[in-house]
Amino acid sequence: MSSLPSIESKRTADAAGAGGLDTTRAAAPRRADVWGGVRRALPPVAIGVAGLVAWELLVRVKQIPYYILPGPLLVLSTLVKDWSTLYPSLLVTLAITGAALLVATVAGVLIAILFTQSRWIERSLFPYAVILQVTPVVAIAPLIIIWVKNIPLALLICAWIVAFFPIVSNTTLGLNSADHNLLNLFQLYGASRRQVFWHLKLPSAMPYFLGGLRISGGLALIGSVVAEFVAGTGGVQSGLAYRVLESGYTMQIPRMFAALLMITGTGILIFLGLTALSHLVLRSWHESAVEREG
Amino acid sequence: MIARLQQVDKVYANGVVALRGLDLDVGEGEFLSLLGPSGCGKSTVLRLVAGLGEVSGGRIEWSGGNGRPGDIGFVFQEPTLMPWATVRKNVLLPLTLRGVPPEEADARGREAIGMVGLDGFEHAYPRELSGGMKMRVSIARALVTHPRLLLMDEPFASLDEITRFKLDNDLLALWARQRWTVVFVTHSVYESVYLSTRIAVMTARPGRTASEVAIEAPAPRDETFRTSPLYNEYCRSVSARLADAIRS
Repeated sequence: MSSLPSIESKRTADAAGAGGLDTTRAAAPRRADVWGGVRRALPPVAIGVAGLVAWELLVRVKQIPYYILPGPLLVLSTLVKDWSTLYPSLLVTLAITGAALLVATVAGVLIAILFTQSRWIERSLFPYAVILQVTPVVAIAPLIIIWVKNIPLALLICAWIVAFFPIVSNTTLGLNSADHNLLNLFQLYGASRRQVFWHLKLPSAMPYFLGGLRISGGLALIGSVVAEFVAGTGGVQSGLAYRVLESGYTMQIPRMFAALLMITGTGILIFLGLTALSHLVLRSWHESAVEREG
Repeated sequence: MIARLQQVDKVYANGVVALRGLDLDVGEGEFLSLLGPSGCGKSTVLRLVAGLGEVSGGRIEWSGGNGRPGDIGFVFQEPTLMPWATVRKNVLLPLTLRGVPPEEADARGREAIGMVGLDGFEHAYPRELSGGMKMRVSIARALVTHPRLLLMDEPFASLDEITRFKLDNDLLALWARQRWTVVFVTHSVYESVYLSTRIAVMTARPGRTASEVAIEAPAPRDETFRTSPLYNEYCRSVSARLADAIRS
């Protein structure tokens, strides 16, 4: 079977309209990407530098004592000086955060899949997911720490409770938002439930899931830090939150700031990492990851 | 005869009576248009013929027995493509779902993509295509199973007129070669006269067929038909019947 007559002119016209599939996009915008990136990064970096300079000047001019407010330079030098104490704590916090996020992702997706099996299951269980979400973790962390003897496990549970909800709720929403006409089409071609799930519902849910994951990444860190505060563990197993507490007790305020800086930095890295992941997965098709034309 | 609807009623769960006492035969190899005002249940007829719903009263028979519609291609008003999949994967979807071996599926996919004139766009994503091209992908997907019956639910309604004329012509050329049966839903008198061998004019809701018109025009139809006195005459008479049907 040959192609239709007079289709060639239509195709070239359409290709031009579609933004030139293989020519324009490949070469030209790449350099613009780099420059665009630099240009976009410039304003926040400028604000940050200005803020730090103002902070350092304020501390020096007003001669604020370091145990009230240390300047950024002192914080930085403390970070370097105390690296041997702070770095192991960072690893502890990271391990708990990572584990909590992993468990939250696996459990969250499984719970969402369970919810979408029937409205009935969703209606019966969803309220309890909400209850777990709205109960402040600070309030239940002491209980969990009493119940669960193993401290890292208790911390993990606290962080998980905070982190799992966005994944559950977003993934459930995503699994339920598959195009109805596509569902009809799958039915027409006799697709099994499994096929509908793998070929339609799961890809439809992907942008929602990744959005939830990005929120949960930050929450897992917050959850583990809050839980560490409550647990107040000492010794080798102590995370960054404990370093903040300890520095507070011993008036080592620069170290407190250094630990805080590490927590914030970790949060930013988690966010950037998950944003990059989301972009990587969605870049070929989803509006969120695609440059607007024109 | 491909399908026969007898005294079909359709009442939706929310109480809306979409169809009442609808009779319709779909003959082998014909290009049948369902023409009617919006909301008259044209799409409902199509969904019932596709087996995508139960009748509330009356009966539907499909030829080939076993009470099932058999191989059907369906084209919706919107292209209804999977945005995460390439043109090729979208077109191959029906074969993927049926577990057709990859080599065979590949050959049939290429054939279908060729038929709608999209060679070279196999690896493009839907968002990179124009509205008309997306519709072509949707048609290729419907054709990839070699269906006996092609159901089209106002497929070109959201396209601009130039693109629509082009797709009308291409569809006619394909149909002339392949001769599957087409049931085409439209609210355009002009489009239905241009494309069809027979038009079923439907009443306003609850819908039933008010009258039927056979369009006897020489094949192949092309732009000369669109400007011929015969075409005008048919448009005039079908318009009058549609006006009657809406009034009744």
